[in-house]
Amino acid sequence: MVKLVIDNLPIEVEAGTTVLEAAQELGIDIPTLCYLKEVNVIASCRICLVELEGHRNLVAACALPAAEGMVIRTHTPHVLYERKKVLELLLSDHPFDCLTCFRNLNCELQTLAQEFNIHGLQWEGERNVFAVDDLSPSLVREPSKCIRCRRCITVCRDVLTVSIYDMQGRGFDSVQGPAFNDSIQDTPCTTCGQCILVCPTAALHEKDDTDKVWTALQNPDMHVVIQTAPSIRVSLGEEFGMPQGELVEGKMITALNRMGFDKVFDDCFGADVCIMEESTELLTRLQGNGGPLPQFTSCCPGWVKFCENFYPEFMPHLSSTKSPQQIFGSLVKTYYAQIAGISPDKIFSVSVMPCIAKKFEAAREEHQDSGHRDVDAVLTTRELARMIRMSGINFADLPDGKFDSPMGYASGAGVIFGASGGVMEAALRTLYDKLVGGEIPEEDLEKVRSFNELREAEIHMGERTVRVAVARNLGEARKLCDRVRNKEAEYDFIEIMACPGACTGGGGQPIYSNLDKWSLQIDLRKSRARGLFEADSQKKHRKSHENPYVHKLYEDFLGEPSSARAHQLLHTEHKARPLYTNRGDYAGDKVEHRHYREEHNLLH
Amino acid sequence: MPHYRHHVLVCQGTGCLSSGSTGVLKALEEQVQAQHLSDQVRVVKSGCFGFCMQGPVMIVYPEGVFYTQVTPQDVNEIVASHLKNGKTVERLLYSDPATHKKVEDFGDILFFKGQRRIVLDNCGSINPEDIEEYIERDGYFALAKAVTKMTPQQVIDEIKNSGLRGRGGGGFSTGKKWEFALGAKGEPKYVICNADEGDPGAFMDRSILEGDPHSVIEAMMIAGYAIGSHQGYVYVRAEYPVAVSRLEIALAQARDKGILGRKIFGTEFYFEVDIRLGAGAFVCGEETSLIRSIQGLRGEPRPRPPFPAVEGLWGRPTLINNVETLANIPRIIRQGAEWFASIGTERSKGTKVFALAGKIHNTGLIEVPMGTSLRDVIFNLGGGIPDGKKFKVAQTGGPSGGCLTEEHLDIPLEYDTLTEVGSMMGSGGLIIMDEDSCIVDVARFYLEFTRDESCGKCTPCRIGTKRMLEILTRITEGKGTEKDLTDLRELAQVVRENSLCGLGVSAPNPVLSTLRYFEEEYLSHIRDKHCPAGVCEKLLSFTIKPDLCKACGLCRKECPVGAIKGAPKQLHSIEDETCVKCGACVSKCPFKAIARGRKPKQTPEGHIDNTRVAAEARSHADSNNSVTTVH
Repeated sequence: MVKLVIDNLPIEVEAGTTVLEAAQELGIDIPTLCYLKEVNVIASCRICLVELEGHRNLVAACALPAAEGMVIRTHTPHVLYERKKVLELLLSDHPFDCLTCFRNLNCELQTLAQEFNIHGLQWEGERNVFAVDDLSPSLVREPSKCIRCRRCITVCRDVLTVSIYDMQGRGFDSVQGPAFNDSIQDTPCTTCGQCILVCPTAALHEKDDTDKVWTALQNPDMHVVIQTAPSIRVSLGEEFGMPQGELVEGKMITALNRMGFDKVFDDCFGADVCIMEESTELLTRLQGNGGPLPQFTSCCPGWVKFCENFYPEFMPHLSSTKSPQQIFGSLVKTYYAQIAGISPDKIFSVSVMPCIAKKFEAAREEHQDSGHRDVDAVLTTRELARMIRMSGINFADLPDGKFDSPMGYASGAGVIFGASGGVMEAALRTLYDKLVGGEIPEEDLEKVRSFNELREAEIHMGERTVRVAVARNLGEARKLCDRVRNKEAEYDFIEIMACPGACTGGGGQPIYSNLDKWSLQIDLRKSRARGLFEADSQKKHRKSHENPYVHKLYEDFLGEPSSARAHQLLHTEHKARPLYTNRGDYAGDKVEHRHYREEHNLLH
Repeated sequence: MPHYRHHVLVCQGTGCLSSGSTGVLKALEEQVQAQHLSDQVRVVKSGCFGFCMQGPVMIVYPEGVFYTQVTPQDVNEIVASHLKNGKTVERLLYSDPATHKKVEDFGDILFFKGQRRIVLDNCGSINPEDIEEYIERDGYFALAKAVTKMTPQQVIDEIKNSGLRGRGGGGFSTGKKWEFALGAKGEPKYVICNADEGDPGAFMDRSILEGDPHSVIEAMMIAGYAIGSHQGYVYVRAEYPVAVSRLEIALAQARDKGILGRKIFGTEFYFEVDIRLGAGAFVCGEETSLIRSIQGLRGEPRPRPPFPAVEGLWGRPTLINNVETLANIPRIIRQGAEWFASIGTERSKGTKVFALAGKIHNTGLIEVPMGTSLRDVIFNLGGGIPDGKKFKVAQTGGPSGGCLTEEHLDIPLEYDTLTEVGSMMGSGGLIIMDEDSCIVDVARFYLEFTRDESCGKCTPCRIGTKRMLEILTRITEGKGTEKDLTDLRELAQVVRENSLCGLGVSAPNPVLSTLRYFEEEYLSHIRDKHCPAGVCEKLLSFTIKPDLCKACGLCRKECPVGAIKGAPKQLHSIEDETCVKCGACVSKCPFKAIARGRKPKQTPEGHIDNTRVAAEARSHADSNNSVTTVH
């Protein structure tokens, strides 16, 4: 333990604690910008500067280990002046297009500028102007808005182990970006979108598809249906100031109805169908009649791309079942079109997802099994919230609505798809019922439910022991895959989700520009997952195969799981991909220096 | 072994190599062979003498005759006259800039006479590619003494007592640094020699590595023994190919001799040294950046603590010393801390090597005791300012340092005094400027350097250096305002206080120190749109001398912006407002009728002050004959 004094308050902390953490313990709020707890501690932005007695210059609190006898002052006029001036310097290399910016009113830089009472810059000059990279179907990179905090770099490299970003160039011209400043679409980017969640500005943001949806809603000839992913119902409320993880399913449905969607369906129905197919596939593999073991889940498009890029040898292990979104998409334009008597080319199929990789997935060429693009537009939680706001809907006061039939009812198993370990649990519930009969013991489920990064369990199903593992971010997935590849561990079934905390922590979820965002996100993921399990417990049917609408689907349309028609519509193939391609025509290496006033014709 | 009548040392340092000493050496070897003098004359490739501007240089022993600017064509004469007949070749001797007398004895040349060579002792005296020559000069005796007769703590105490401070810039106590590394927990430990010399104009580390590589290797081994390390790395820039190859040769020879490797001097101590090449980023001289660079990462600093002594290369305790610091070590161990501490001043012990450059007679490397005055260095060793110009300023510490003016000529050159007057010792670059240098332009030059070399990691350095450069550029273009000066001062302060590493912290020094001593010159650029030194291009004016102009019209056709008015057989004139100061007319004029000069000062009302114009014209009379302004 070490004793130190911060702002005249004595405190004792464990050795290794930083001054920033110690100050937080005292309730002293030191502003940060590049800092991400335990992920990015590089002291580069120089916003968290504090006075350290006996030290000539100011010191960055985020990277300063507390030491015995230290005397720290965090908010002297001198410190505030220096912070403000550093912030002004940052702003002098930043475009002033806040009004039209994606992160307007939800930007860490903007928040700080306001907090520091900045109303003009002492030093103006040239700023970097980079081309925008919007070639990826999922995310857009606007390097001109980058403040070089490097959070995206460290998250991508250290948490997800994909590492598509690094610093390019040197000094004033330096900027984060993919190798050779290529377009993101030419890299092994899994489009998980964690970089967007950690970006303090709008240098990285999702590709906005709201206009596509508005256009469809405007078209009287179009029948617009929407499927909502499980985790949206526990995160959408946050966009409207409601408590974290609050279940807002009913309000969401009402909002969508009022906005003019013809049918509001539940993507969890697709998840139930997914379990039907995937558990049948697993059963076949376990019986030795299918592909090799372990079987990997394939419902996360970020993980699928990761696997195609980094572990092509696992292609036969990936479940051939499509993700719930794509299952739903192909069923909407076949099964639903048939029942409703609408020509599939008059149906516009929208999904709302916690995820930007889903945009990439929906755009994959192979997903046109219905004869059309299975899903026409993918919205994220954030985009949907924007549309609701535009519609002038007072979300918090909405009455509860109900999903439409026949694709609006899901079992509890379908709902928990959004939580880490949820797919595994849903599959196990069905598998257990098929192999043993009845409910799987609660203690077995607890093993896959915890919030550990990596979970393993052995579940006895009659004579058979099923060995399962769950990895909840790509970094953990890589470790797991390496162990499987090196035959250090053997499993039958593995669930992998790209994002930390799975879909509840997805790259399309609400962004908070508060302090210490990273740990906040972890709490969010927990409260959102709790919300999902709560929804599950309220359901009459807890297992996918008990869903009466799923029964009806198979009876009327598909036959039985893994039938020829099911295979045609609900399964897909995966292919190995090269890590780097050269398709894009992004002019990333072009850097211009322009004077802000010159650009706006303010220079005399 | 033959008894040689003459030893001829031909400098093979980078300076002389680039002025053609390879040819000289080859010609000499051939001549000696051809004249059958091989058993009487020994030709030795030597390291750098330091007197680079006189290169290629050659010294003939036993007389100690110093030949300068030798060409391969001169070699025949040297061999025939000096080596065969004992008659000195007068015309190749060094001529004293003050007395214009030829100096025969090398020891009488002021440039060498005023020096005290400890670090550079072997440079220019031995063949750096022959370990035997190093050993003959007591080389590796210090290592033997340390590993066989001293405990690691005794070695460290000796270094501490000597008062040696880091020569790379910071001036931290070397002994203390070693003690920290000894006390640090963690295995293995590393010793790194920082040879990433990056100051513009500084080349002492290069010369030491080229002229005496074994001294650095020996010192690293002693350091390894003292702190308990068995692996050393020399981080040297790839732009120093000669230094790298000499190091490689030295390492191979030391291994062959059984000095480097296992069971050193029969003890259990073992040590290995490897070379790591840097790509020449200035920031990689900063120790945490250097460590990252060795690890194959982008060269960028990280916050300290933890210091490298605790968490360095690969996260292990690491001792980093600069080349010159290390080169002192063997002598300290051999001759004792007391001897070393007797040289220099109270708080700065030993000697310091300076790289003299700029407007000075004798440019090159010198080594003087700490505390020597700037006046001594410039006017004795350096031979003063050429062309009778006036001394204006000396920049110490390169882009991280500050300027010393006439009032500082008598201060002692030592760590603390230099810091007090707003400069710093730095690695020892000493650039002399005369009255023709514009101080704003000098500050702009250094800022351009730091702006380019900033790694871009922290905000103040990445953007602050850019903004400072923008303000300075504005001022040199006559677009500055007095508010710019305030902004510049405040910005310099922000960058200095808040940057992550030494590069950013010291980047504003050239601005702050020139502002401190030459504010008037800044104001002259701002208020009067006048560059007193006549350097800032945008503040120049081009004028046509009526007496020389033949009205040929060539300049008029050449001018890209049509600023020259006139007709055939009519005196031409240049419109200053239109002129873009490209200088095309000057090079085109066959009669040298176009003068390039400083723009006259403007009075606050914007009118030309005629008395000043006249004074300007008079003061420039000798260089420009008669300048007539056309306004």
